Amino acid sequence: MNPARIIGVGLWGSGLPGFPPSRAVLAGQAPWAADDAPPPVPGLLPPAERRRLGTTVRLALAAAAEAVAMAGIDPRAAHNVFATSNGDGAVVHALLEELARPAPLLSPTQFHNSVHNAAAGYWTIAIGSRAPTQCIALHDATFAAGLLAAMAELADGAPVLLCAHDAPLPAPLAAKRRTETGFAAAFVLAPAQGEPAPGSLGRLSLRYEAEAAAAPFAALPPALRRLAEGNPAAQALPLLAAIASGRPARLALPYLDARLELAFEPERAVCLEAAIGAGRA
Amino acid sequence: MAAMTDPATPNISITARGLVSALGHGLAATADALAAGRSGLVACDFAGQRRGFIGRVEGVESHRLPARLAAFECRNHRLAHLALDADGFAAAVGAAARRHGPGRVAVVLGTSTSGVLASEEAYRARDAASGALPDWLDFEHTHDLGALPRFVRAALGLAGPAFTVSTACASSAQAVGLGTRLIAAGIADAAVVGGADSLCGLTLAGFAALDLIAAGPCRPGDAARDGLSIGEAAGFLLLERAEAAAPDAFALLGWGASSDGYHLSAPRPDGAGAALAMRAALDAAGLAPGAIDWINLHGTGTPANDAAEDQAVFAVFADAVPASSTKAYTGHTLGAAGIVEAILATLAIEHGLVPAPLNLDRPDPSFRVPPPPAEPGRPGHAQRERPVRRVLSNSFGFGGSNCCLVLGRPDSA
Repeated sequence: MNPARIIGVGLWGSGLPGFPPSRAVLAGQAPWAADDAPPPVPGLLPPAERRRLGTTVRLALAAAAEAVAMAGIDPRAAHNVFATSNGDGAVVHALLEELARPAPLLSPTQFHNSVHNAAAGYWTIAIGSRAPTQCIALHDATFAAGLLAAMAELADGAPVLLCAHDAPLPAPLAAKRRTETGFAAAFVLAPAQGEPAPGSLGRLSLRYEAEAAAAPFAALPPALRRLAEGNPAAQALPLLAAIASGRPARLALPYLDARLELAFEPERAVCLEAAIGAGRA
Repeated sequence: MAAMTDPATPNISITARGLVSALGHGLAATADALAAGRSGLVACDFAGQRRGFIGRVEGVESHRLPARLAAFECRNHRLAHLALDADGFAAAVGAAARRHGPGRVAVVLGTSTSGVLASEEAYRARDAASGALPDWLDFEHTHDLGALPRFVRAALGLAGPAFTVSTACASSAQAVGLGTRLIAAGIADAAVVGGADSLCGLTLAGFAALDLIAAGPCRPGDAARDGLSIGEAAGFLLLERAEAAAPDAFALLGWGASSDGYHLSAPRPDGAGAALAMRAALDAAGLAPGAIDWINLHGTGTPANDAAEDQAVFAVFADAVPASSTKAYTGHTLGAAGIVEAILATLAIEHGLVPAPLNLDRPDPSFRVPPPPAEPGRPGHAQRERPVRRVLSNSFGFGGSNCCLVLGRPDSA
């Protein structure tokens, strides 16, 4: 599989409000502290649409918007790969509750918001994208599967936005599927041929190995390890930590009974500052 | 016309097929129903829903999974298992796994609702005091959106990369395309692609809430069409590089995807996003529009879908290629529609048959793409002026997801 360049990154999670403010925590240079502030309300959609958005969609839009801003690309030029294990669990729960009544009457809006690709749909509507858009799921390995799909999508030559997002399910589903706190991570990938682009954060290559990963999150600080073990989208944390540290890293993500091996090579130490600066501008 | 074709992309052949739908179990039963012009739709009587008609698969209730797969027991996986059993599909995958190694066979499957029916049943059995769900609900292996490819990977003894694609009614068409990407990227040598969606209260009541369920059997393209009929189905293709296939094997000649970026459940009225997907699929196949012999429309039978799709098809093909929907045969099988219709496309080529449009009493006079007229005395056959060599199949989903597949034989150019 051809390597990629990472040209943009975004995230939102407890105590991790975007990439620049989280960089020191991700790099292990500052302690993590829980802070469940909700993600910013996306300015991309009309107010009526915004009010109805659930937590997982807001998480996704916040991370995706940050990543494409850092990449400095027209987001409509990118193919989109969204990855979510739970989808919008609050909506699914409300519909299941109504369906258990004798003569159920579903809300049409809730029904269309229940599709697994709702966040992907709202993103393409918000930016007016007509680009190919996928939505991937694979239980605890959802982030690894989304990353694999996003790297394969680079075959068309266009940049690819990968956005992984998951939020806790409400009771009683929560007892069947534990997800600790909401988390979203987004990456803009580009084909890695040729010279490094000015905003490149580094090169990423992948390998699928049909044997299990041993202690995949052991290198993370304990607080971040708990996040990674408590939300499928937060399995992006080892890669986010490598980018924030600006150091080469070899990582392994669990993939069912197998593993996905990641090799990250920063292109230039100064690139990170340049890329973050561009994203802020 | 091969300018857009990436020379590094290997030709991907179809080396096995498996299908169950309301038309029957397996390819022969399906082809018989098409040739006879026989619809699988019946009046709806499922999960307490009584509105409209449905395409229900016979024998799903009585089918049981093997004991080693018992954790996955639910309607969606029973349906999928029936399709793995059909037409020797599982055996063909077994042979491919021996050739390539089980870790080199990927599983990429589409579903819109996975095993949600299991959760629907569990919500009716909640503990009255605590509200807790019953112990028997195994969410991870049934309702969870990742359950289907995990089930199929386990059932087939595979160890390669697997995932679900869930882009509503475009899901399994996208899965076919993404399977080819994994082979092209060198991450797999073969891929089991397709998908499954089964009847459930969520989709029956949800489409009713949107007022999109037809009162009678759906009537795609008809002036008096009033909605869709939901169906269930599971279908699979085994994809391998052309070198591994017989010279006359079917192939995915090209595929294309796009987004509407317009509305979560309504199509763009001008069909511009859908047209983009069709053009991308033709470009990837290196084919001019006139090289297509039949277009299998998404053709759900809702007023909005069929009108927008007519605009989209006319923009790409004008009125040069016959176009019709097979939804009145199978029902709209939602996330499985893409794989069902890809397999129907191969059957059309194999049997030299354009399925006649059903329930099309008066074609919408505003449409510019003409439906193929029925052949007198042969109810399932539409008239055709040329052999059916290449078929383009459309699938569009909520979220504005569009996907288009081109199927044929590689030597048919």
